[in-house]
Amino acid sequence: MREACAIEVHNLTTTYGGAPVLWDIDFELPAGHIIGIIGPNGSGKTTLLKTIMGLLPASSGYVKIFDKDLEQIRHKISYVPQRESVDWDFPASVFDIVMMGRYRKNNLFKRTNKTDLEIVLQSIEKVGLTKYKDRQIAQLSGGQQQRVFIARALAQKADIYLMDEPFVGVDAATEHSILKLLKEMRDLGKTVLIIHHDLQTVSDYFDYLVLLNTRLIAKGTPQEVLTEENLTNAYGGQLTLLAKVANLIKVNQFPIREKDVDL
Amino acid sequence: MQTFLDFISFKDPNVMYVILGMICINSSSALIGTFAFLRKRSLIGDAIAHSLLPGICLGFIAAGDKRMIFLFLGAFLTGWFSTFLVDYIVNRSKIKQDAAIGIVLSSFFALGIVLLTYIQNAGYTNQGGLNGFLFGQAAAINRDEIYLFALILLIILVAILVFYRSFILISFNAEFAQSIGLPVRWIEFLMTSLTVLATASGIQALGVVLMSALIVTPAAAARFWTHKLSRMLVIGVVFSVFSGIVGAYISYTHAATPTGPWVVAVLSVITLLSFTVSTKSGILANFLRARKNKIKILQETILKTIFHYHERRGLAQNLDSVLTPTDLLSVRVYDTYQLQKGIKRLIRLGFLVAKEKGFTLTENGKIEGRRIVRLHRLWEHYLLKRTTIDALHVHSGAEAIEHILSPEIEKELERELGIVGIPTKDF
Repeated sequence: MREACAIEVHNLTTTYGGAPVLWDIDFELPAGHIIGIIGPNGSGKTTLLKTIMGLLPASSGYVKIFDKDLEQIRHKISYVPQRESVDWDFPASVFDIVMMGRYRKNNLFKRTNKTDLEIVLQSIEKVGLTKYKDRQIAQLSGGQQQRVFIARALAQKADIYLMDEPFVGVDAATEHSILKLLKEMRDLGKTVLIIHHDLQTVSDYFDYLVLLNTRLIAKGTPQEVLTEENLTNAYGGQLTLLAKVANLIKVNQFPIREKDVDL
Repeated sequence: MQTFLDFISFKDPNVMYVILGMICINSSSALIGTFAFLRKRSLIGDAIAHSLLPGICLGFIAAGDKRMIFLFLGAFLTGWFSTFLVDYIVNRSKIKQDAAIGIVLSSFFALGIVLLTYIQNAGYTNQGGLNGFLFGQAAAINRDEIYLFALILLIILVAILVFYRSFILISFNAEFAQSIGLPVRWIEFLMTSLTVLATASGIQALGVVLMSALIVTPAAAARFWTHKLSRMLVIGVVFSVFSGIVGAYISYTHAATPTGPWVVAVLSVITLLSFTVSTKSGILANFLRARKNKIKILQETILKTIFHYHERRGLAQNLDSVLTPTDLLSVRVYDTYQLQKGIKRLIRLGFLVAKEKGFTLTENGKIEGRRIVRLHRLWEHYLLKRTTIDALHVHSGAEAIEHILSPEIEKELERELGIVGIPTKDF
């Protein structure tokens, strides 16, 4: 039997300033796995996550989540941005930030109810920050800040989690406790999509991999993806031709595909 | 004194309008300004404020006189247009936000000055006082305008109450807000419009040149005093309204001086004070902490020296000798004045007790002295065991650290090194 498909990315292209950052990306990701997105710097990993989440517009192609459009299923997806993308000097406590995980488009004007409160406290407990619940977020270490973001994601009670480099700036102990949490989530049938940069740990952490470098280089189980050929293609500077063509497109403001080509 | 009494007793009815006006204007700008500050959009306030001037002039030309509502509408429109232009330039070119703000701000202000000069030379009969919009003349506030300012404050208050969560979410993490489906652009548009509204409400009382200070500074000053957003909003409002009223008073008693500069001057003093004396992060706190550490180090070093004195004579077990400062100087170099001071403090704190010919350790003093020596030596052993360090250097490394090791760390060191009591080996 075919596994249920959590995320379908269909022929997706996203451009920045005219140059394609993601180019004809096409894959389907199975539900209930911890999936790693890997690739060198500037290979479009963050762009991919943001395009899936609708934070960046796709220039062509589409994304389906559980066979639905994003808008229909947004409340089932949790997005965890890079820790460095926010200013941690913001006047808020750990509790305040995790509570944001309970905010929904339609409850922003309501008061917090008892269920929300329970979920928030549970989420803080799960990442081991109960002691720091009322602490100002600026006073936390990098690893603790990352755990605040994870707790906020847990509080969203989603089915799909998109995490941008959750292991950056995190000590080994925190990394393991986060990974344990993610595995628990997977065992509950959740799908976790993670951008990761450390090739050493890839095969230990992930059941399924997507290897990117502007284009999709490989996808599949770690054994299938982590071949010498794939890694050389992605990391070995073999794609200079691709970069040259992308630059040509940018310089000439050239369309990436002809208008009427059938996808 | 008489003028002060006149001022606070509202003998002059205008004074009440001024105070009410200041309360409304300064609260509006401090409240919405806090979110601009948190969104790192403080400079936008500057662009808006300077861009109000051409709007005021256009409003005057359209109305033919100084009716506030026309001037205000004109100001609102050009102020709002300036934020639109800044965003447009940033999105459509390689120019970054700071440069875009600079460009827009100066162009609009130049245009405003050109229009102002034109009006002054064009023979409008009642243009007198339009100059006041540059630096503000709070005394010119009249009754009708109070209603307008109160309405603006009400709009801003309601918006913040209703959109509190959205405003926080977008200020902290706009991408996350967008990911849960919040109409981020729409809400940002609302925040920007409210900022323009608050800024425009201050054109008469504070002037276009300095109005931006009321957007940025209260929030910046309040941030020193709290880690809670709700408190930050309240403190910002209090600072701003206080400055407004004091500034208006000074300008009232010195009739020729404009209000804006006085208000901003008072606000700046408050900010400077906040920066200096506020808890934990201020300069004063840092200074006091440094002083406290210095005293602690001095005291503990004296106790340690007394221990060393005994140890060299094989008396480490009882530590009972009566000592003089000279005895201590034979063991370690001290600034004599500091040494005297430290001994006095230790006597006062009950670690030493004065005797006829000097001083001796109390029971507490003995415990404390042993503790310091022990921490020093535990740390030396730890460094030698866990890191590569020359035995010659390990002593100086432990000199400062012995004073900050907590009892918890002491226990951990003990466990890790398996050392009980005071290590005899000193480096």
